[in-house]
Amino acid sequence: MKRLASIAFATAIALFLQGCAGWQSALDPKGPAASELAWLIWFFTGLCAVVWVLVMAALAVPLMMRSRERLEPLVLDAGADNRKLRVVMTAVGLTAVILVGLTLLSFFANRTLAAIGSDAALTIRVTGHQWWWEVRYEDATPSRILTTANEIHIPAGEPVRLLLTSTDVIHSFWVPSLSGKLDLIPGRMNVLDIKADKPGVYRGQCAEFCGAQHANMGTFIIAEPRAKFDAWWNDQLQPAAAPSNDEAKTGEDLFLKRPCVMCHKIGGTPAGGTVAPDLTHVASRQTLAAGTLTMSRGNLAAWIADPQGVKPGSHMPVVDLSGDELNAIVAYLEGLK
Amino acid sequence: MSSADLTSERDLPPEREASAKGDVAPERDGPRDTGMDDASLHRWLTRTWRTPPGIIGALSSVDHKVIARRYLVTAFLFLCLGGLNAVAMRIQLSGPQRGLIGPDLYNQLFTMHGVTMMFLFAVPIVQATGIYLVPLMVGTRNIAFPRLNAFSYWVYVSGGLFAWVSFALSMAPDVGWFAYVPLSGPEYGPGKRADVWAQMITYTEVSSLAVAVATIVTVFKQRAPGMSLDKIPLYVWSLLVTSFVVVFAMPAVMITSTFLILDRLVGTHIFNPAEGGDALLFQHLFWFFGHPEVYIIFLPATGMVSAIIPAFARRPVFGHLGLVLSLIAVGFLSFGLWVHHMFATGLPKLGASFFTASSMMIAIPNGVQIFCWLATLWDGRPVIRTPLLFVFGFFFIFVIGGLTGVMLASVPLDLQVHDTYFVVAHFHYVLIGGAVFPLLGAAYFWFPKITGRMMSERLGRWHFWLALIGFNAAFFPMHIVGLWGMPRRVYTYPAELGWGNINLFISAGAVLFFLSFVLFAFNLVHSALKGAPAGDNPWDAGTLEWATSSPPPSYNFARIPVVTNVEPLWAEREALPVATGLRVDARELIISTVAEAHPDIREKSATPSIWPLLAAISVGGTFLYSIFTPWAIVWGAAPIAVTLIGWFWPKGDPEDEE
Repeated sequence: MKRLASIAFATAIALFLQGCAGWQSALDPKGPAASELAWLIWFFTGLCAVVWVLVMAALAVPLMMRSRERLEPLVLDAGADNRKLRVVMTAVGLTAVILVGLTLLSFFANRTLAAIGSDAALTIRVTGHQWWWEVRYEDATPSRILTTANEIHIPAGEPVRLLLTSTDVIHSFWVPSLSGKLDLIPGRMNVLDIKADKPGVYRGQCAEFCGAQHANMGTFIIAEPRAKFDAWWNDQLQPAAAPSNDEAKTGEDLFLKRPCVMCHKIGGTPAGGTVAPDLTHVASRQTLAAGTLTMSRGNLAAWIADPQGVKPGSHMPVVDLSGDELNAIVAYLEGLK
Repeated sequence: MSSADLTSERDLPPEREASAKGDVAPERDGPRDTGMDDASLHRWLTRTWRTPPGIIGALSSVDHKVIARRYLVTAFLFLCLGGLNAVAMRIQLSGPQRGLIGPDLYNQLFTMHGVTMMFLFAVPIVQATGIYLVPLMVGTRNIAFPRLNAFSYWVYVSGGLFAWVSFALSMAPDVGWFAYVPLSGPEYGPGKRADVWAQMITYTEVSSLAVAVATIVTVFKQRAPGMSLDKIPLYVWSLLVTSFVVVFAMPAVMITSTFLILDRLVGTHIFNPAEGGDALLFQHLFWFFGHPEVYIIFLPATGMVSAIIPAFARRPVFGHLGLVLSLIAVGFLSFGLWVHHMFATGLPKLGASFFTASSMMIAIPNGVQIFCWLATLWDGRPVIRTPLLFVFGFFFIFVIGGLTGVMLASVPLDLQVHDTYFVVAHFHYVLIGGAVFPLLGAAYFWFPKITGRMMSERLGRWHFWLALIGFNAAFFPMHIVGLWGMPRRVYTYPAELGWGNINLFISAGAVLFFLSFVLFAFNLVHSALKGAPAGDNPWDAGTLEWATSSPPPSYNFARIPVVTNVEPLWAEREALPVATGLRVDARELIISTVAEAHPDIREKSATPSIWPLLAAISVGGTFLYSIFTPWAIVWGAAPIAVTLIGWFWPKGDPEDEE
């Protein structure tokens, strides 16, 4: 039994080390909030482990005793029980001290976290939808307001303020390597400040159960140097690229004639739907359907042809298209860089 | 209390008190147990207290032991069903992007798993154990309000059937066991699935409230003479505190589910933010119940630990008073923590910090309990038998769960682990470690009392090790995968996140853990048929349930014991002092005073009746019908009124006329 347990333990440790460097891991922090939290997690874990070992040692004491099993009820010794009372009271006192300490620690950690974004210059409104994220970059100049979906570009090294809300059910925004999670609640607005220390791509996903496709509601924070970020913003403000060939032109016509146009927006065309992700620059994104598929011609076709197979329950309907029509629409969307 | 008082009590059987007050006219009296020989006493009491023969008789039974056995078997079946749900989920999650189970079924599976384990297994089984043991431990002949108790079982069964028939029809709730709005609201929860959740809650809450009331009255008013508050066994204390928590917590969830069904059925918009309602209100109401719910499950388990440890450590529990006060403190504090389930909703930071402090604070009384139990075990080597092994398993697992609970109490830390597999690991450590392991220990401990046969010790040890290893293999890695970013309630996950291997390991552990229950079920059946005869008191334990035969007769005790000590059977080795004077031709109980348990009056206990079943059927039918139309309340009121009138129709008993 003991050997089995130790093998299991070793396996667990091995698995643990293997996965430590995930791009969606609270233990692999890439920003000040997550770093503070990772430190807190390790501190609590260490302290709890010590307490656990002490309790187990206290439990092992009677089992180590060599004495035989006593079958008759014990005659109580008042002196022994008094000594025990002192031990128990000391343990209770220590427990209280540890708990007060941890409470204070978590209170001050909370203050540290709250200070991270106090000087955030950039505000992004993130709205949860079943099952994708609407991302709107706020700006004092209305023409610079930018709406995109699922991928959030931020300047690295700068705090960014996220305003979180939802139009349908409750979602929760969570990018573990940057910060803790916060809910998106219809009728309320929550504020989450995040900061990525270095450029990189940090994955997150919805953390509050939100229906059929809760599992496929991913998001990506893409942190870039300030100049690259500004360039990206300017690119995204441009209307959609015009179709570059005949097939893509056919695709655009089909897009505008078929149900696609009812839900999606493509800047610079009559398509202005707002209930589904903005597709103006869809091909510049890394994934499709909120992190469900990587962006590629094949995956675009698969997603349009069979959305209920790729993401069962999703609100994207099946649109009846011939093979040629499908290819044309894919060719068009692929050009929307 | 001095021994002199007790002697006088022994000399003053209740009949003398009663007749001194002139309450009972002697000519109407039937035969009494005073001075009656054992054989005729047994014949009289059996005739008076037995469950009537035949199917109607069985359905009319109000014997707390019969009802409790039914509860226990039913709850165990629901445990198996909930466990099968879990195995199905673990197979789906054993690798990335598996296609065995789609999101529609998976969401029903985890909802049914949660609902079944919380409402159809955990709460009913701890209450059922109480229904069986509390009357025996306090030395009375039946639970208070025995017909209400029978009613509670039928309502519980109909609620369970309702939920599982819906699942069979693919109509089961798919919104999680806490069914947050707006996802479960009229707009985003189409069909009848969320209605099934809401009404199933109502069924099970009605039944657990009924049991709670019966338990409280039994403990307060039916204790054996001499069992003053300081001599009540800890297990009974735990059930008493739990019952009070039920009485105060359950109405909150009944309101929640009723508001939800009103929103869905008649469009009240209570939770609809677009119409001035509030989605967060649901969470406050739900968790005001939901956190005490955890203690409703956990406190009786601490009572079991407090019963098992002294029997095997061969001494009374160390710090009896401290343990009682801790139970009460936990009961109170459990109502002050609900917000730690809502840290991620963006509440004001200072308010959230207050709930950090209160959540940390509850670790103190729980710590007192742990330390007192440990101190009890320090007087030499305990007698190690399967029940105690499971208590050791409880320490091993529950302490981890308690400590991760301390981590979750911290607002900032919680924001990283909330709604991830870390939390899934935490509450399984708390609930399985804190409640299921003690329950398994309790099963081995009290099985001889219930069936008259011992469970196999050899199989029991295999069961223990398999359960301990399987449990930890299944749930410990969940802490890690949660920290790696895996949220709970996902039916699949992408391969590139690297969670595949660890999830396969978890699934293997889950299968092992499930197999341990198969072994347990085999041990139960095998031992019930072929186990060694147990005798009255196989563990030489000290509390009153071991004073009667195994299994106990329908009347529990031939003569009501008089209690002189917390462990009466250890204090009175030769023969237990008894109180006499009860009639043997009618179901009479001793009603005693709340604090000192002085015998006060003799009171009739209800006779078997089919009406509780009929009332439960009409109540159940009304709840079922009400998911379809509000008119159900109107049409359902008629049969409910009829059955309740039948139930409470005055019988013209001479006692009632006085």
